[in-house]
Amino acid sequence: MKHYSAFAVAREALRYHTGWERAWRSPEPKKKYDVIIVGAGGHGLATAYYLGKNYGIQNVAVIEKGWLGGGNTGRNTTIIRSNYLQDPSAAIYEKARSLYEDLSQELNYNIMFSPRGVMMLAQTQHEIRGYQRTAHANALQGVQTEWITPERVKELVPIINIDGPRYPVLGALWQERGGTARHDAVAWGYARACSAMGMDIIQQCEVKGVRSENGRVVGVDTTKGSIDCDKLGMVVAGHSGQLAEMAGFRLPLEAIALQALVSEPIKPCMDVVVMANTVHGYMSQSDKGEMVIGGGTDAFNNYTQRGSFHHIEETVRALVETFPMISRLKMLRQWGGIVDMTGDRSPILSKTPLGGCFINCGWGTGGFKSIPGSGWGMAQLMATGHSPLTEAFTLDRFKEGRFIDESVAAGVAH
Amino acid sequence: MLILNCPYCGVDAEESELSAGGEAHLKRFGPGSSDVEFHDYLFMRENPKGVHFERWRHSNGCGKWFHAVRCTQTLEVFGTYSAQTTEPPKELKDAITAKRPGWTWREYE
Repeated sequence: MKHYSAFAVAREALRYHTGWERAWRSPEPKKKYDVIIVGAGGHGLATAYYLGKNYGIQNVAVIEKGWLGGGNTGRNTTIIRSNYLQDPSAAIYEKARSLYEDLSQELNYNIMFSPRGVMMLAQTQHEIRGYQRTAHANALQGVQTEWITPERVKELVPIINIDGPRYPVLGALWQERGGTARHDAVAWGYARACSAMGMDIIQQCEVKGVRSENGRVVGVDTTKGSIDCDKLGMVVAGHSGQLAEMAGFRLPLEAIALQALVSEPIKPCMDVVVMANTVHGYMSQSDKGEMVIGGGTDAFNNYTQRGSFHHIEETVRALVETFPMISRLKMLRQWGGIVDMTGDRSPILSKTPLGGCFINCGWGTGGFKSIPGSGWGMAQLMATGHSPLTEAFTLDRFKEGRFIDESVAAGVAH
Repeated sequence: MLILNCPYCGVDAEESELSAGGEAHLKRFGPGSSDVEFHDYLFMRENPKGVHFERWRHSNGCGKWFHAVRCTQTLEVFGTYSAQTTEPPKELKDAITAKRPGWTWREYE
């Protein structure tokens, strides 16, 4: 792997950019790997990366049905924060956020992490109490957040209307070290680093079956033939249920569409991420100048990667009231991704009933921000059989009633 | 936009007139059931990529609950039927079979 640097740019400029090489190889699958990761999105690639980097397991294949980072990794609104209420959530999301801080240097790939601050507006009395509670919880968890007044909100976001008739801004939970990153670059950066370690990233390769012997996984059947493995990691978000069925177990998940949209690019007007959970909309401005907008999920099961128009309308209607200046903006693109929701809205990172098979799913609407932490914990779980980051997120927590209940903890919208 | 025909008032209702109520024909388990049964009843959903039976409420209309069958892969609606039943009507099952041969849903097929 050639090192990216200012010197490399200058060198290539002098020779008509003929010296750049492909960021990752696209090999044919080998007969056998120590570990196969299914799903070359952010979480899958991060898992492979930390398996290699932290545990020296480099005989790894990451196989992907479509193209690298083409699922929810390329469909999210790129927000990174860790202001969760429950301890296990705060731990894994804060690990992720802290890894994001120097990920560009670590991967030698500019993921454009921008710690611009994430603000969650409180627009009802209930939310004030909820977010103040979260701020206290975060202080105990070692996550830096603070409760700020409406005046401070206005100071940080001059375009906001804090005196809305229906939902005035009453304050906000402010995480200064949260922000955004370039989502595709996260997947590409991990892929490049994995490839450099000798791992095989195999795209256009769909898993058709999971083979097992004596209750232990021995390989997968794919559209590019059978591949053997000692350990299997399933990291496929929306289609986790289908993959688990092939492996002979079921998951407590439902697949639902979540949408996002971007406006035409405008001059810089808002340099923080603002989330308004009561009205269900959130917005940030990308480096290109587009306003990146997200909202709520549809209520019904859906695998089509396209959602209902009226949710877009509801989201935009709410945001126009909070940000009157966006009312004349044209929206350029709108898209949907399939998120896998668990009963308690927290992810599953766990061993499974099938020996040697591990699952990482259920991130629901909040997967992007957790990519490095999820990969870190999942790699530890797969390599050593236990990880303090993932121990609360087991598959059997539902049976045992140990929920990590972010769904009623306010701050669940992503 | 999803349009479902309400089997009670006969209105072709748009999605914004309706509330989704999740998976249909759940068998309820309570006191006296095993842990596995109770767990599955609470958390395990069929979540198929294909034929999905579900409950809807015509909340901004007649207010009644009803059942619908939909394909989660194409958003095609196969039909709606009364909530006063524990099993989809035969003609609806036949209609689904004509379009999606080999579909299954728990004990129905």
